[in-house]
Amino acid sequence: MPGKQTNGEIRIGFYVCHCGHNIGQTVDVKAVAAYAEKLPHVVVAREYKYMCSDPGQELIGEDVRASKLNRIIVASCSPLLHEHTFRTAVEKAGLNPFFFQMVNIRENVSWVHTDTAAATQKANDLVRAAVHRVAHHVPLEKKHVAIDPAVLVVGGGIAGIHAALTLANAGKKVTLVEREATIGGHMAKFDKTFPTLDCAACILTPKMSQVKNHPNITLWTYSEVASVEGFVGNYTVRVRRKPRYINEELCVGCMECIEKCVYKEGKTSDEFNVGLSKRKPVYIPFPQATPQVVLIDPEVCIEFKSGKCKKTCVEACDRDAIDFKQKETVEEIRVGTIILATGFKTFDARRVPVYGYGKYPNVYTSLEVERLVNASGPTGGELILRDGRRPKTVGIIHCVGSRDKNTNRWCSRTCCMYSLKLAHLLKEHTDAEVYNFYIDIRAAGKTYEEFYDKLLEENIHFIRGRVAEVTDWAVRPSEEGRLVIRAEDTMIGIVRRVPVDMVVLAVGMEPQTDAGDVRRLFNISCSTEGFFLERHPKLAPVDTFTDGIFIAGACQGPKDIPDSVAQAGAAAAQALALIDRGEIELEPNTAYVEAELCSGCKTCLGLCPYHAITRNEELKKAEINEALCKGCGTCVAGCPSGAIHQHLFEDDMIFSELSGLLEPQPADCC
Amino acid sequence: MNEQQPQPAPSWEPRIVAFFCNWCTYTAADLAGVSRLRHAPNARIIRVMCSGRVDPQFILEAFARGADGVLLGGCHPGDCHYMEGNYKTLRRMELLKRMLAQFGIEEQRFRLEWISASEGERVKTVINEMTEQLRTLGPLALPRRFADWDKELEPLAHALASTEEAAHA
Repeated sequence: MPGKQTNGEIRIGFYVCHCGHNIGQTVDVKAVAAYAEKLPHVVVAREYKYMCSDPGQELIGEDVRASKLNRIIVASCSPLLHEHTFRTAVEKAGLNPFFFQMVNIRENVSWVHTDTAAATQKANDLVRAAVHRVAHHVPLEKKHVAIDPAVLVVGGGIAGIHAALTLANAGKKVTLVEREATIGGHMAKFDKTFPTLDCAACILTPKMSQVKNHPNITLWTYSEVASVEGFVGNYTVRVRRKPRYINEELCVGCMECIEKCVYKEGKTSDEFNVGLSKRKPVYIPFPQATPQVVLIDPEVCIEFKSGKCKKTCVEACDRDAIDFKQKETVEEIRVGTIILATGFKTFDARRVPVYGYGKYPNVYTSLEVERLVNASGPTGGELILRDGRRPKTVGIIHCVGSRDKNTNRWCSRTCCMYSLKLAHLLKEHTDAEVYNFYIDIRAAGKTYEEFYDKLLEENIHFIRGRVAEVTDWAVRPSEEGRLVIRAEDTMIGIVRRVPVDMVVLAVGMEPQTDAGDVRRLFNISCSTEGFFLERHPKLAPVDTFTDGIFIAGACQGPKDIPDSVAQAGAAAAQALALIDRGEIELEPNTAYVEAELCSGCKTCLGLCPYHAITRNEELKKAEINEALCKGCGTCVAGCPSGAIHQHLFEDDMIFSELSGLLEPQPADCC
Repeated sequence: MNEQQPQPAPSWEPRIVAFFCNWCTYTAADLAGVSRLRHAPNARIIRVMCSGRVDPQFILEAFARGADGVLLGGCHPGDCHYMEGNYKTLRRMELLKRMLAQFGIEEQRFRLEWISASEGERVKTVINEMTEQLRTLGPLALPRRFADWDKELEPLAHALASTEEAAHA
């Protein structure tokens, strides 16, 4: 146990940062420095424009040498941002890096207050607390843990695929877990991609087969993560592998079994074609599905329902791959880092009933139209409506479930562009008149605006206004038997009724339904909308608050393919940085037992969620396994004998922080 | 503490000590900062790794040293970075609340709040609300009360001392 060594006399160096104008314009920085100078043990008190800059950090070193400082306090931004920076500077100056305390006067003071006097007073109070606290700091050893080089990627959409390939190409072993029977995600369902009009399958499927064939990638589809234990560098993950009732090793994807199934026609809604076609009980999601392995849906297969099927599929399979007795298995893997790329779900258009989705057959969601115009889609790329007609006029309604305080307030970022793309494709396929009803066109991206310009030249119509309703109530002969889109055209200030044959709802992007469960599983946070929360919105966009877990793609927020791929690459790079370093430095904030004080009462044993505390039955004392302790401090607060302590958060540090914070001031009434 | 309610000085401002957990509430306070959500300057934050680290003694000490209110912020139940630290906190604080009531410390003076990392707005609302409530309640001023009580006890102590002296003699 580190004793209460203080290196003799306490000599504090205090630095307050202006952060340009960020702190200086609300807090009287000079006054804070002057105030700190008068506090006990403070030898040097300085203000500086940017403490985090190199010259700012060097100030500390110079003063440590010149004034024999042994404690450093920096009052600047949040410790979550720069504590590491300044600890490193303190260490460079020759002191133990934990002889340092940071005071947050930016996020906690200058950015949230306006009154200079009150803000300066608060800053002074916080500085005083730190001056009291830092005297109790003791030197600590940094804690290092080794990083297992294996990586888990969760989600096999374009982001997960890209991250897995990047890591595998760098020679790392990757396990890619996908919930569906095939990888590919949403992108596999798209027809063309904006703004280049590349065929989505043409650019995606080569990557999918690379994943399947890569020697460094283990691909587990139709599988879900069941539990995650451990910590950065050392995660133990259990994956539940659902039975396909097909031996994946034997199946070659010849699809003879599908052909020979006793069902002559499919009767079950086809998930891949978003319900626009039917599939059989034995099926493959789509022709290029990866892996090329069929699966059986036990909910509809006669053999599962009655046990009385002729099992023509079994006869058809010359590799004996069909196995009705297959059971779910649970595999356990050990990985050092995890990348979550669990994607999004599209907004359920039924939530805006005025647009008539589910009521009028010719109202489609954008994802349905992607399938409808796709050559391998339910109609072979022919644009045939649910009532068998071909549309002569199409209305595309933007921002369905986006930028709407009744549903989702956020912009889904992709809908403007994919609506333009669909407008182009619909025009191309049917030569119909296409009307876009938009609020704003958000075409921010490389060559996106140019794509919009191109569409204007293609005689696509744009009406600026949020659509009020879609109705089949005709008031004019031209509207008979058609759908009417009613919207205010805000450019000319009139309400328009546009009769159309087909309505496309540009649905927005939402967090996956089970995003809350997934984040609990991986112990990360969500934003209020339910998307996974990044560690810093600008500077750590793929990190999470849990070390070793990274996020990529639309699970973090709506984004298009290029952005998802960029993030996936970033997440892979962050994982690689950890792996190649081989170890990570952890906060040495673990708990420890002062054996003389421990009465062996076992109170702490039940408090530790990590089973890090055991009772030495011989000595009748509690013992903490430092490797398992994560440093929450719950046992410290719970120990009735005060025998458990926590490095960096010792009782005397917190009590001294309190005494400093609440020291009677001349202004106090008593 | 109804008897002899101390009159606040005109410049009196409530002082709140806020213990925030590193992962949720402290991060939310940072977010409030980044989002420039202006709020009352009365709270002073002490960062701990988990609300489970907060020993009820810290809260008693804060009151004893002159805090008018104490705010404790942790992750929402089920969302604790350390799995279940906040449940332990909840258990302890329910007991502490009863104890504070027995001490005569008004219940509004101690507040336990679950604020997730994305709820910067909530940090602002809670601090503003609490500041207003404390303004209405007035100062707790325990250090002065302790001094007053010591003064009251002084003659008794003298009397006791002299009785003892007499007995000794």
